[in-house]
Amino acid sequence: MSASHLPDPSVIRGLTQRRLGRRDALRMSGLSALGMALAACGVQGQGAKPAASAAPDAVAKFWTGKTKNGHVDFANWPLYMDPKKPELKKFTAETGITVNYQEVIQEMGPWFAKVQPQLAAGQPIGYDLMVITNGIQFSQFRDSGFLAPMDHAKLPNFTKNAAEAYKKTAYDPDNQFSIPWASGITGIAYNPDKIKRPITKLADLWDEAFKGKIGMLSDTQELANFGLLANGVKPADSTADDWEKAAEKLKEQKTKKIVRNYYDQSYIDALGRGEVWIAQAWSGDIFQKNVSEGSNLKFVIPEEGATMWTDNMCIPITAKNPLDAIMLMDFLYQVPISASLAEYINYVCPVPAAQEQIRKDAAAASGEDKDYLESLADSPLLFPTETDYAKLHYYVTFATPSEQQEFQKTFEPIVLG
Amino acid sequence: MTQTLQRPMPVAERSVPKPRRRITGGGLLSVYTWLIMAWLMVPILVMIAFGFNDTKGRFNQRWQGFTFKWYGRLNEYPELTRALLLSLGIAVVSAIVSGALGTGIGYALGRYRFKGSNTLNGIMFSTISSPELIMGASLLTLFVSLNVGTGPATITIAHIMFSISFVATVVRARVITLDKSIEEAAADLGATPWTTFWKVTFPIILPAVFSGVLLAFALSIDDFVVTNFTAGTYETFPLWIWGSSRMGLPPQVNVMGTLIFAIGAVFAIITGIRGRRGSRRAG
Amino acid sequence: MNRVKRQLAPYLLILPGSLWLLLFFVVPMFTMLSLSLQEGDVVNGYRFTFHWQTYVDAMEDYRTQLIRSLIYGLIATVVLIVLAFPAAYWIAFYGGRRKSTYLFLLLLPFFVSFVLRTISWKQILADQGPVLSPLRDAGLVPDAFHLLGSPAAVIGGLVYNFLPFMVLPIYVALERIDPRVVEAARDLYANPALAFRKVVFPLALPGVFAGVLMTFVPTTADYVNSEVLGGPETTMIGQVIQKQYLVNSDYPTASALSFVLIAVLLIGVFAYARALGTEDVMKVAAR
Repeated sequence: MSASHLPDPSVIRGLTQRRLGRRDALRMSGLSALGMALAACGVQGQGAKPAASAAPDAVAKFWTGKTKNGHVDFANWPLYMDPKKPELKKFTAETGITVNYQEVIQEMGPWFAKVQPQLAAGQPIGYDLMVITNGIQFSQFRDSGFLAPMDHAKLPNFTKNAAEAYKKTAYDPDNQFSIPWASGITGIAYNPDKIKRPITKLADLWDEAFKGKIGMLSDTQELANFGLLANGVKPADSTADDWEKAAEKLKEQKTKKIVRNYYDQSYIDALGRGEVWIAQAWSGDIFQKNVSEGSNLKFVIPEEGATMWTDNMCIPITAKNPLDAIMLMDFLYQVPISASLAEYINYVCPVPAAQEQIRKDAAAASGEDKDYLESLADSPLLFPTETDYAKLHYYVTFATPSEQQEFQKTFEPIVLG
Repeated sequence: MTQTLQRPMPVAERSVPKPRRRITGGGLLSVYTWLIMAWLMVPILVMIAFGFNDTKGRFNQRWQGFTFKWYGRLNEYPELTRALLLSLGIAVVSAIVSGALGTGIGYALGRYRFKGSNTLNGIMFSTISSPELIMGASLLTLFVSLNVGTGPATITIAHIMFSISFVATVVRARVITLDKSIEEAAADLGATPWTTFWKVTFPIILPAVFSGVLLAFALSIDDFVVTNFTAGTYETFPLWIWGSSRMGLPPQVNVMGTLIFAIGAVFAIITGIRGRRGSRRAG
Repeated sequence: MNRVKRQLAPYLLILPGSLWLLLFFVVPMFTMLSLSLQEGDVVNGYRFTFHWQTYVDAMEDYRTQLIRSLIYGLIATVVLIVLAFPAAYWIAFYGGRRKSTYLFLLLLPFFVSFVLRTISWKQILADQGPVLSPLRDAGLVPDAFHLLGSPAAVIGGLVYNFLPFMVLPIYVALERIDPRVVEAARDLYANPALAFRKVVFPLALPGVFAGVLMTFVPTTADYVNSEVLGGPETTMIGQVIQKQYLVNSDYPTASALSFVLIAVLLIGVFAYARALGTEDVMKVAAR
């Protein structure tokens, strides 16, 4: 009998030797290291603490040691100031502080996404003062701790002149982080040279007669409100179900090819160019466009309702010149300054006394200017009355971040898709 | 009778002289190519033309008369000027750094065979053929995860990253055709590898390095997508144009675009002429 | 000692550059992968939970845009081949001494910023612009007709912006062809069309492949052309990804979509390479 009946030694070796060679071990440790590395790539959240209200000593902590540097970098939306900037010039004359005014904000989403990495890293964003709308992004700014707390001792004009309603807003009660710049109304703007009949309803934005010539705003909150109101639902009372139905209604504009495009601030350009004839629009823009370019655009508050929002001045937490910024903020609340601003931008003025001021300016003026100023003083677009407010609705608000995400996921595909 | 198919002997010499190819030879093809070149120039000509448009302010869409005034009012929008200067600054830094890093890689890949050269080739190929969107987006996720913040530094880092491979490719192509005997001669004469490189090799590959640096400069100054993701609130020239196009582009943009175009074209022409003269001299 | 130095030389030379590429190209891919599997929101931070549901949701929500981008990319690439080949052929075979001049003329427009060029096209094709106004006045097009916002405008922009990336590789491949090979074909009684089909075109294929690589990928992933020249019906996946990063701050969805796009592009490229023969991939990669 030969040794052949014995199992091959190499088989025995194979059965008894470790299955895992060095290479395998390395590979597996590599994989688990990869897994750990992937897991380690977390993104730090800034708002781990519920920062819905500033701690009592936060104001003192932020403002101690801040000095006046003589300069402010101011980020704002377009069409929010006379290009000749008379109010800023007056400010510089009075205080010696120079202002660098930049119209770099076109839409809230992109603005937040742009500055978020810088603010999260504690980096200055290049601006000491910015104007942001109440809504999802305002909460994101506030909850991330990106906004400097307001020191009301430095805001006497605001305390004296602002309307009471603006001191008790839902999004920033007691003005802990912001004071209003202006409020505005989202309604419908149209070119009467191209659209021969009067426009009065939200339903006109779904009219197939204007196929391909309708513009809507790309901000999900703006779109959602119009979709909800068109369905007869009040945004404040809306549920996830209502959102779905509103999204369906908005999608109709796409499937029927009625909507030309979704715009940020640039809708006003598209209207002017004739790319669209009728658009979802912000109240003051139209009047400024008519003045600066002699166009003939009209603005209406639709019957079913319209949206009201407030743009607010805030100081980013990494601002280099916060003291100068807050001085500018308060300066803008002097009655004559506030009136002069409202006279140009045609947006809702947070200072009630400005109405009287505008009437005084009207009395002092003559001819066309007089008529214009008088119409401004009586305009519901600058000084809405109680009945006007009844038709105006704020953006949808959310109880939890997951609700907000659901909202976004319902309306984003309309714009993105 | 079997007939074997024989390849006819290639005609080595022609007794009849070849008809000289005329510039416009190829008839239809030549017309077509000129048409294509014309089509490519259309937006450029429009851009140059509207730099002379006598329009008020930013509404530069309709022709209103000829004027040179915008060439004198270049600095009317300080933010635009600042964006242009930032673009230039980043481009210079990016060109120099990626020039250095890329030359090293290109020389090594062309001159030596070493382990890992295939992987390196693969990575370089990936950076050249990757969509800018992916490169920019992934860099943003890196900076966000590290909580580093975005700005001129991150823009420059990104520009250097995608320029290295271009420089390396250009340099490698030149180094591959390098005559090793020159380097060996220098070594025989007692030069250390360091001296050999700087006194002998580098001057020879300098034109290629220079082209690579120029290429990196051009890539950086024109870059939009990657910069968009890594810039934060800072603006380079293309970013400023993008942001302002919604509200209307002022004629200064056309003027600056025209000037950059003219300078780039002149530069390329000069380098081309010098190159041709150089090669003619070298026989 | 010299021997060791000589062996180390290539590694030292590639060290700084490779480190840079590693840190800023390879590592970010991993952070993006990691982010795509994280949950949370931008205010409260994200945590890694291997949440692959993001991928499923993303592919479902934006399937149309993915497919549309592929289609636009394919159409643009094919159009590019058709447009670029004759031009490259003419310069290579009829260019004579002025070949580099013609190439220079072809590349000249690209000295202007790509954003500026595309915005120029937007002005030219605008509703009230120099192309549509006379057509409308002459009654040749209806009042509501518009070029901007149509797939044609977007694909046109893509073709315009990527033409040199197709012309140059094809030119390089054609230029290498020894004209005597073509003459030999002629001597073998091939007419010009046959010579082209059987000799020139196959020899030019590596160039076409390189061109396809340099154009299919960036056109499919592009978002500038569709953003400037397109409308709501032409949204491409690049725009979706960009908006998820830079408008919605939804990093997980954005990262997931990025990887889906990468996967799609890789599949496309490898399928094409397979059809052509794998040596061409290596040849191109090594160039």
